[in-house]
Amino acid sequence: MISLIQNLIDALSLGSLYALVALGIGLLFGILRLINLAHGDFITVGAYALIVPSTEAVAQLAIGGFHPILLLPSIALIVVILALLTDALVFRPLRRAAQPSLMIASFAVSYIIQNGLILIYGARPKNLNLWPALTGQIALGELRLPTLQIVTIVTTLVLMIGLALFLKRTSYGVQMRAAAEDFRMARYLGVRGNLVIGMAFAISGVLAAVVSLLFLSQTGSLETGLGVPLALFGLVAVVIGGMGSLVGAVVGGFLVGAIVTLLQAYLPVEMRSFRDAFAFAFVIVILLWRPSGLIRAKAFDQRV
Amino acid sequence: MALLTVENLHVSYGGVTAVRGLSLSVNEGEVVSILGPNGAGKSSTLAVIAGGVAPRAGRVTYAGQDITGGRAEEIARSGISLVPEGRHVFATLTVEENLAVGTYMHKGKADIAGVLERFPRLKERRDFPAGRLSGGEQQMLVIARAMLAKPKLMLVDEPSLGLAPLIIDQVYDILLDLRRQGMSLLIVEQSTSRILKHADRIYVLRGGAVQLEDTAANLRDGEAIKRAYFGFDEGAA
Ligand SMILES: Nc1ncnc2c1ncn2[C@@H]1O[C@H](COP(=O)(O)OP(=O)(O)OP(=O)(O)O)[C@@H](O)[C@H]1O
Ligand SMILES: [Mg+2]
Repeated sequence: MISLIQNLIDALSLGSLYALVALGIGLLFGILRLINLAHGDFITVGAYALIVPSTEAVAQLAIGGFHPILLLPSIALIVVILALLTDALVFRPLRRAAQPSLMIASFAVSYIIQNGLILIYGARPKNLNLWPALTGQIALGELRLPTLQIVTIVTTLVLMIGLALFLKRTSYGVQMRAAAEDFRMARYLGVRGNLVIGMAFAISGVLAAVVSLLFLSQTGSLETGLGVPLALFGLVAVVIGGMGSLVGAVVGGFLVGAIVTLLQAYLPVEMRSFRDAFAFAFVIVILLWRPSGLIRAKAFDQRV
Repeated sequence: MALLTVENLHVSYGGVTAVRGLSLSVNEGEVVSILGPNGAGKSSTLAVIAGGVAPRAGRVTYAGQDITGGRAEEIARSGISLVPEGRHVFATLTVEENLAVGTYMHKGKADIAGVLERFPRLKERRDFPAGRLSGGEQQMLVIARAMLAKPKLMLVDEPSLGLAPLIIDQVYDILLDLRRQGMSLLIVEQSTSRILKHADRIYVLRGGAVQLEDTAANLRDGEAIKRAYFGFDEGAA
């Protein structure tokens, strides 16, 4: 029973990270039809921004030493600026480009960011123990819950509720949803295209920054490719959830988290190193069963 | 005074030429109609006026300003509303949210409740996702949404397409109501009869160019329109 609950918490906290990544990718896909492979590198930049830029092997805290109340907005601001710059320099000139061209461009951005990080910080991984207080456990009777996982789950819930309220209740949120459904029609109604896209990049940046901090707190290690597998799993979550549906992205994120956690817990020890192969096999099964994802993007659910 | 003038417009998509040398104008308070067969270039013309498509050549002037090739959102904000062909409702947004999108350029200061009074079917379904509405209800919704943008000029592309005659009557009742309130209208249609009754002036388009242009009164018997529409040689017919 106890181990079941602990596995469940594991699955929820890993799923939370994937869901946050999937939301960041899904939001841009919804509006721009852009599959942003550089999203993982936004996450990496958020993590590196914590330390002093130098190629030395030992990481020196810079922003990472701030009080969390200051740290969080600082990192978010840096990643948001990066995301907005990426839009202005790369994607805005490509507004009329075909979808594959956009994806290739994001691939290029991903490489440029990773190489830039190597140039500034060196290629060797660095240890960084952010927020040691979070490595403890909360005891609930016999149950011991890792503080960091609880923090991860709660943060994710708060962000998701915030995003849902923004999209549902504010005029900018409604404009974003309208643009995601029919960009040209939204512009015919006076919705400013570049503003809506900029907001999507900014929100995507905030989500990436939060993932940076949560993920780094878990692993304690900085490397220039740290966001790449996160973006891959996030993208998988978006696809199995149903491209174009944000609810789908969240569901997909938690599902991928659950699959990976269950495999980690219940695969025979000698097979655990193949965990990700099994996880992707599951993904293929899901796609065979539901080729367009679990949640059909409702835009296609139109009356004929 | 001409509210809108289009001069010598040329539109092409890659190698396909859709409009060649078209000119037209809409005066303040006027209802003007563009008639023409499939592929004549009617929707392309409206798209250029509304800023959705950049023309290859030509000039669009609105209220004395050159708006050629302007951004769609800025043209919308300057008082031109396009109701495009094929009912572009935001399917997952509720009816009320769809209407709200039309109001944001006026900082939300628009009378959604008042407009809903004139569309009882929409009022009943205000919390429905727009994608679930019937075709006629969706057509009502896109017109109501465009009304809330408070344009001076509304461009309406084939409002009667695929609707039952009774619903078409309702759509035209609303359009004529707008005209009575001083709005100018440029309406694209394929069927002649209703337009002859309601428009002030008519342009017949074929092959991307104006074949015939006259007042509805002069074209009342429909014969000249038929010839221009189908391209029969005038002498032979
Ligand atoms: N986006 C596009 N890409 C390529 N060709 C296009 C595009 N839009 C229109 N065309 C072509 O331009 C020509 C004119 O099209 P347009 O839609 O303006 O005609 P229309 O008069 O509105 O026709 P309909 O009555 O069928 O709506 C057609 O030959 C069409 O195939
Ligand atoms: Mg058309």
